[in-house]
Amino acid sequence: MTREITYLEALREAMVQEMRTDKEVFLIGEDVGTYGGAFGVSKGMLEEFGSERVRDTPISEAAIAGAATGAALMGMRPIMEIMFMDFLTISTNQLVNAAAKMRFMFGGKCSIPMVIRAPSGSGTGAAAQHSQSLEAWFVNVPGIKVVAPSSPYDAKGLLVTAIRDNNPVLFMEHKLLYRMKGPVPEESYGIPLKSAEVKREGRDLTIVAYSIMVPRALEAAEKLAAEGIEVEVVDPRSLKPLDTETIIRSVSKTGRVLIAHEAPTTGGFGGELAAVIAASEAFDFLDAPIRRLAGRDVPIPYNRTLERAAVPQVEDIVAAARALAQEGK
Amino acid sequence: MTVLTSTKTKKVPTPGSNRLVHELPREKLAWMLQRMCEIRYFEEKAEDLYIRGLVHGTMHLSIGMEAGSVGSIATLRPEDLIIHHHRGHGHTIAKGADLTIMMAEFLGRETGYCRGRGGSMHIADIPGGNLGATGVVGGGIPTAVGIALALQMRRSEQILLSYFGDGATNEGEFHESLNMASVWKLPVVFICDNNQYGMSMHTSRSMNVEKVSMRAASYGIPGVTVDGNDVLAVYEAVLTADERARSGQGPSLVDCLTYRWRGHSKSDRNLYRTNQEIDEWKQKCPIKRFKQVLVDAAIMTRDEVEGIDQTAKTAVDHAAEEAQTFPEPSPENMEDEVYAL
Repeated sequence: MTREITYLEALREAMVQEMRTDKEVFLIGEDVGTYGGAFGVSKGMLEEFGSERVRDTPISEAAIAGAATGAALMGMRPIMEIMFMDFLTISTNQLVNAAAKMRFMFGGKCSIPMVIRAPSGSGTGAAAQHSQSLEAWFVNVPGIKVVAPSSPYDAKGLLVTAIRDNNPVLFMEHKLLYRMKGPVPEESYGIPLKSAEVKREGRDLTIVAYSIMVPRALEAAEKLAAEGIEVEVVDPRSLKPLDTETIIRSVSKTGRVLIAHEAPTTGGFGGELAAVIAASEAFDFLDAPIRRLAGRDVPIPYNRTLERAAVPQVEDIVAAARALAQEGK
Repeated sequence: MTVLTSTKTKKVPTPGSNRLVHELPREKLAWMLQRMCEIRYFEEKAEDLYIRGLVHGTMHLSIGMEAGSVGSIATLRPEDLIIHHHRGHGHTIAKGADLTIMMAEFLGRETGYCRGRGGSMHIADIPGGNLGATGVVGGGIPTAVGIALALQMRRSEQILLSYFGDGATNEGEFHESLNMASVWKLPVVFICDNNQYGMSMHTSRSMNVEKVSMRAASYGIPGVTVDGNDVLAVYEAVLTADERARSGQGPSLVDCLTYRWRGHSKSDRNLYRTNQEIDEWKQKCPIKRFKQVLVDAAIMTRDEVEGIDQTAKTAVDHAAEEAQTFPEPSPENMEDEVYAL
C-alpha cells in the first residue's frame, strides 16, 4: 500500500525493515538512540531494536567510522549516521584510507558493506560548518559509492539498496528534504544504483540535478512551462556509479543542458557531468554550451540573505534555464 | 611481568622469562624461536632483494623488534584475529603466514597475499585471521574497534590484537578508539610496538608522559609497559590482557618497549640517533637473548636452537627463490576489483 510520508520517515522505514529482516544490520552514531538522531530519523528505533543495534556513541567521528568499517569487514552491515556531513572530515581517514581501499588493497579478499548516512546541505541557518555538500570529495575516491536521493520514494528505495550493497555507500540526505512528503509504498523495495530517473519530460532543455536541486528544478520547470519552455529534469540519483546513458539520451534529445548542484562550482560534480556529456554522442546535438549552475565559491554564510544567495534557488534556475533556452537562437 | 621505570632494558633475562621458560611446553618455545628467526631472515632477505633492485617502493623493517609480535601472537588461539601496521612483517609471520605467499606479495606478484595490490605495507591474510596492515599511522585502531564490536555483537569467543607504534598514540584516532573500546568493554588488546621513534622523533619529544602505558589511565583500562625484547615477558603481559578481553572485561594497553635497528624506511639516514645507541640495542638482540634463555634453562641445547635458526633461514631462502618465479599481475580489468558485487 502506498501512502504519503516524509523523506525522513521513508529513511527510517528503510532502516527498520532491513533491520527486521537482516540481523547483521545495525545503526551506529551520535545520539541515534534515546534522542532519535539529531534530525529525528531514528526516532523510535531504540525501542524496537535495543541499544546494541541502535547504538549511541561518544562524540568520536573517527572511531564511529572505524567501528562501522571494522564491523563491515567482519561481514556485518552497519549503517553509520554522521550528525552533519561536515563532520565526515573527522571520519575521512577511516572512510577513504580504510573502508574504500581494503578490498582492492587486500587483493579482493574482503568486502566492506556499510552505509554512511550524511545529512547535507544548507538552508537551515547553520552556517559554514554544518551546511556543506561534500559529495565531490568522495566521488573521487575509488571504492566508495555516492547516493543522493531527492524524494521520499527514492530515499527509501535507495537506502534499502545501499544497505544491501556490499561496498561503502555514502548516502546524502539533504536536511531541507527531511520534511518533504511524497507517496511511498509500505512494503520494502530497492531502487538500483546507476539508474537515473527522468523526473519531468520536456523538449527544450535538460536540467541534470540531484538532491535538493531536483525539487527546485521541478518548480522552475513548472514556471518555465508557463512561458512555453519545456524543461526535462534528469536526476542521476546515484553519482557513483553514474547512469550516463539516461543523461546522454536526454541531452541528445533537447540539445541544451544545465547542470545544477548545491556544492561550490569549482571542482564540483557538475564538472564531471559536463565532461561526460561533452565526450559523448550528445556533443553533436548540443545547440549551446553546457552550463553549470552551482554553489558560489564561498563557505555557507549564516545570514539568511547571504545563505540563500550562496546556492542556486528556484529563481536562479528559472533565469539560467531561460537564458540557456534562448542561447544561440 | 616486567614493568620498566626507565627506557633502559635489563640485560639479564627477567624473572618472567625464568619462570615461563619452564612452564610453557617445549614445542611452544620452539615455535616462538622459529617464528622470530623467520621474521629476522625474512626482513634481511627483503632488504637484500631491495638493494639488488628487485623490489619496488619502500619497506619498513622490524629487525630487533621480533619479540613483540611473536610473544603476543603466541598467546592467541588459532581463530583469534590481529590488525596491525606498516611495520608488519613480524605480525604477519607470527600469525602463520606462508612465507612464499608473503614473499610473493612483497615482490608484487599475482600469487601474493594481496595479489600484488598491497605490497609490504598492506599484507593481509583474511582467512588466516590477519585482517591487514594499514599504512596510515594509527589508522588500524578505529577499525579494530569495529572488528571487536562485531565479535562482541556475535557473542564470539574470539579476541583481537590491535597493533600500532608509539607515534600512533599521539593520533586522535588512538584516543577516540581506546575510549570507545573501553566504554563498550570490547574484546581487544591494544599493543604498542614502542620502538621509541616516530620516524625521527623520539618519544621524549613527542609525549609528556614517561610511558605510553600511562595513557591507559585516561580510558580506565589496565596499562603496562613490558620489556619488548623479552619474548616471554611480552607473552605473559599479553596473556593477562587476553584473558581480560575474552572474559568480557574489556581492553588493555600493553606497551612493548623495544627498538628498531634499521631506519624508519629506506630513505632514513639515521640523522636523529647515534650509532652508539643503535649498537647498544643490538647488544639486546631479542633472538640472541631468547636462545640464551632456552639454553640456560636446559630446554634446548645450543645445537638445537641453532638448528631451529637454520631451519628458519632455509625456509626464507626457499620462499624468496620460489616467489621470484611467480607471475606479475596484469593491469587489465583492475577497475573490476574495486567494488564487490
